[in-house]
Amino acid sequence: MRMLINVPETVVADALRGMAAAHPELAVDVENQVVMRRDAPVEGKVALVSGGGSGHEPLHGGFVGPGMLAAACPGAIFTSPVPDQMVRAAAAVDSGSGVLFVVKNYTGDVLNFEMAAELAEDEGVQVAKVLVDDDVAVTDSLYTAGRRGTGATLFVEKIAGAAAEEGQPLERVEAIARQVNASSRSFGVALSACTTPAKGSPTFDLPPGELELGIGIHGEPGRERRAMMTSREIADVAVDAVLEDLRPDGPVLVLVNGMGATPLLELYGFNAEVQRVLAERGVPVARTLVGSYVTSLDMAGCSVTLCRLDEELLRLWDAPVETPALRWGR
Amino acid sequence: MPDVTSYDAELDALFFRRWLTAAADAVDREAGRLTELDSAIGDADHGVNLQRGFAAVTAVLEKEEPATPGAVLVLAGRQLISTVGGASGPLYGTLLRRTGKELGDEPAVGRQRLAEALGAGVAAVAQLGGAKAGDKTMLDALLPAVAALAESFGAARDAAGQGALDTVPLQARKGRASYLGERSIGHQDPGATSSALLIGALAEVAA
Repeated sequence: MRMLINVPETVVADALRGMAAAHPELAVDVENQVVMRRDAPVEGKVALVSGGGSGHEPLHGGFVGPGMLAAACPGAIFTSPVPDQMVRAAAAVDSGSGVLFVVKNYTGDVLNFEMAAELAEDEGVQVAKVLVDDDVAVTDSLYTAGRRGTGATLFVEKIAGAAAEEGQPLERVEAIARQVNASSRSFGVALSACTTPAKGSPTFDLPPGELELGIGIHGEPGRERRAMMTSREIADVAVDAVLEDLRPDGPVLVLVNGMGATPLLELYGFNAEVQRVLAERGVPVARTLVGSYVTSLDMAGCSVTLCRLDEELLRLWDAPVETPALRWGR
Repeated sequence: MPDVTSYDAELDALFFRRWLTAAADAVDREAGRLTELDSAIGDADHGVNLQRGFAAVTAVLEKEEPATPGAVLVLAGRQLISTVGGASGPLYGTLLRRTGKELGDEPAVGRQRLAEALGAGVAAVAQLGGAKAGDKTMLDALLPAVAALAESFGAARDAAGQGALDTVPLQARKGRASYLGERSIGHQDPGATSSALLIGALAEVAA
């Protein structure tokens, strides 16, 4: 195993200590594994709380700050956090205006956040939830745990976070979050498997010269394996898979996301192909974000997420944000 | 096979603590195998996560020494929810908590009573996870185990072990393995396997 770690058991705590040192504007509770805005609770504002397994950095801790999340709860690697973390976070960041849980559609995340919502409400915190399920690779959701939450999580957290920052009430922030999720779809591709610290070897076997289409963000293999394709060919497959499901009739927001080990050089090159396909299909692009935001440890690969925009969503996307990993306009 | 009737109303708090300690030992011993099974169709952490949870369970049971079978199971379940995360934490936590709540504050229970309570615990797991028999989940070990527990502890162990083996040809319909579709076929379910360990530990301390 070649990883920049001490021992697998302390990987998450070590990362949180380092994050705290790099970002004094955050309040990082290493022991209880909660990352918070230092100025929370912010009077009169809804607080967004998200969380999920570690290994997807900068998701979610990197999106904590003005204009986005009030708190994030990192779990163990690829394992959802426990309800105690969310309850602690919700109680700490609630100003009395309520808390919106942003939950990715994985069985563990859903169950733990559901339990947390009940417990937090017992403590007098008003809680709403939005489930993110944007992954079009899961087509037969009647026979699975349903579509996975992937790249759209960033869109939901940014856009609903901006609405919360404006002081919009909980039911409105929740409605916007649901609209963003309903308007977003993603498709991911792996060029290599990822290595979890606990296992120390790739979580699935992907021979050189092959790729996985339709992956999730936990190192789970995709639903189809093919011989290696060019960036151009991958963009055709990924964007068409998204468009087939989304059918936008106006401008879209684009996220070209790296899975962790794919350099920006390749992601920008891939984005050129994504923009080409969108132009060929007559889909206007309003905004594009390129980078590694929703990752799978050291997995190589990429995902494409599109979101149908209206004027309000575009305005909220452009609103200032100040977090470790996403920052503009302030 | 032990004389099962001799256990009626003899399962006290100490018995349940020994069960969970034996389960923790089994999870410790088999953690690598559980993780290996999970890496085939999940995300390669089932063993590590349960290890962390059951270690916390044995620690809290040592410290608090709950006095009744019900209290032991409720405390252990709460501890699993607080430490495991993922889907296993809430599901195993619910299994033990609900079973413990069914047992109430009786100072000791019999095997039949345990079978009934465990049945309620398993039903709660099915409801929480929205899964049923044949979905390639922990239920495929637990459901036959509960049915066989009415007969004997040994029968429950054998039924759980067979149930786990029987998940191999199934296609997963719940949890992360469900995303693999047909490619989940041919692999034993890690959750059913850890459930079989839990029931195996029960038979071990009852023997």
